[in-house]
Amino acid sequence: MHEPIAPLLGPALGLSAILFSLGVAGVLLRRNAIVLFVCIELMLNAVNLTFVALAQLHGASGQVMVFFVMTVAAAEAAVGLAIILAIFRHKQSVDLQNINLLRG
Amino acid sequence: MTEAVFYVLAACAVVTAFLCIVSRSVMAAVLWLTATMLSLAAIYVLLSAEFVAAIQVLVYAGAVMVLFLFVVMLLNLAHPTTDMRGPAAVATTVVIGGLLAIQLFALWRYSPDRLAREVAQAPQMADPAMLFSAGQLARDEAAARGVVGAVAAPLFQVYLVPFEITSILLLAAIVGAVVLAKRNI
Repeated sequence: MHEPIAPLLGPALGLSAILFSLGVAGVLLRRNAIVLFVCIELMLNAVNLTFVALAQLHGASGQVMVFFVMTVAAAEAAVGLAIILAIFRHKQSVDLQNINLLRG
Repeated sequence: MTEAVFYVLAACAVVTAFLCIVSRSVMAAVLWLTATMLSLAAIYVLLSAEFVAAIQVLVYAGAVMVLFLFVVMLLNLAHPTTDMRGPAAVATTVVIGGLLAIQLFALWRYSPDRLAREVAQAPQMADPAMLFSAGQLARDEAAARGVVGAVAAPLFQVYLVPFEITSILLLAAIVGAVVLAKRNI
């Protein structure tokens, strides 16, 4: 019998499932735009955990992907928060109930 | 020992993530998320991705969260009673979140042995160490060239073009953020 490689693979994938579902729950549950962004960051972190866990089996490519995800997350946070600032100046609120300009 | 540490850190991550999505104050939510990210950084070390852990602390728990905190403090929001949605949204969340969690949680059962069996389609004699040799190669590479060198080699050779494209993405994001945050648009 061979010795086990990557013993933490399953638990890490399970943890990332829990974190991603918590992020989805937060996006569906909250109305504050900033908390929504926080939950999106949580989901991106869960995906990063999956990449790192599977990099144990498939080499460093998974870790390289994590850098790209982090870059996109940083860019998304900067642009998204700038949008929130602009909306706040216009409406004096970040509550999504008051931001319904595009609702049909 | 490693597994016990992993489960403690995983419990920290889940509890702080839960507190992050239920806490009333936006500031508290951002700080709880920072705690989640630090737990994840420790987990990355256990998964032998030390460089990613360092970057996680520097970029995510450092830079991105400071950006969030700056915006929260800049907006100076009144302390809200609650911004949870109504019972209909809670029901939707339980259904969608629960289904998603169950589906993704099935991945827990994946071990290298099972993956090797399914990839090789041989019921008995699939050795995961033979089948997934890339992981062992990466570990040897990390032992020979250091954890940074092992990540840098694919980043600047195989993934050079995507790496350069991210610089264009970052430039566009900088310009976009400055334009959007200007006072008169």
